[in-house]
Amino acid sequence: MELLFQFGLFAVLLLIGWSIGGVTERRHFRSLVEREAALRDILVFNERRPPADRDFRRAELVMGSVVIGEDYFKRFAATLRSLFGGTLRMYESLMDRGRREALVRLKEAARRQGATMVFNVRFETSSLSADTGQRGIFSAEFIAYGTALTPR
Amino acid sequence: MDLTNLETVPGKTIVRHLGLVQGSTVRSKHVGRDFMAGLKNFVGGELKGYTDLLNESRTEAIDRMVAQARAAGGNAVVNVRFSTSNIAAGAAEVMAYGTAVEVR
Repeated sequence: MELLFQFGLFAVLLLIGWSIGGVTERRHFRSLVEREAALRDILVFNERRPPADRDFRRAELVMGSVVIGEDYFKRFAATLRSLFGGTLRMYESLMDRGRREALVRLKEAARRQGATMVFNVRFETSSLSADTGQRGIFSAEFIAYGTALTPR
Repeated sequence: MDLTNLETVPGKTIVRHLGLVQGSTVRSKHVGRDFMAGLKNFVGGELKGYTDLLNESRTEAIDRMVAQARAAGGNAVVNVRFSTSNIAAGAAEVMAYGTAVEVR
């Protein structure tokens, strides 16, 4: 009886993770595509030096960050996939979402300053799974930062 | 106070280098946030509570770095870098460092 209950709970969590997690992910990707299109005029570079022939009125550090966690289904699928090794697609999409979200937020911050370019953009990822390690759920923080330049 | 992660402050000239300055903070999540994040973990997606927490920490780290730079007589920090590390379960250290300079 107890075994049955445990299995039931597991199946329900898996289903919730798969359905809600899937919907959230698709919605997130749609919103990313929209916002990326709207912010296309903000140029980002990872070059260290801005062009010397341009004159800038203002230089300001800007950043964008987001913490994203996996859903129950992803975790299960990844555990299963890890038995054989190879590409973990469920995590690839998670990392992609996080990094693009951080970059979009960086661009939004740059726009608020009235900047048109961001130089020396750096990405950083840190796993927060040590925090939630007891449950084995993986979450990561993505940050993007750079120097926003406002032309004179 | 000008902050950039470039080697210079565009539009201004560095007249004096004042050395490395840094600021850091260690924060942990409070129980409510952790609980919500625990629930959120089943469905995935953004963990807003953590995003906000780490942003607050980063602002604090920057403030401390800026205070050091100001104490050294600087009015800008260039080459700013960030780093985050998990030092214990439930606690993260956020650090900001850079070179304090005087610009004109």
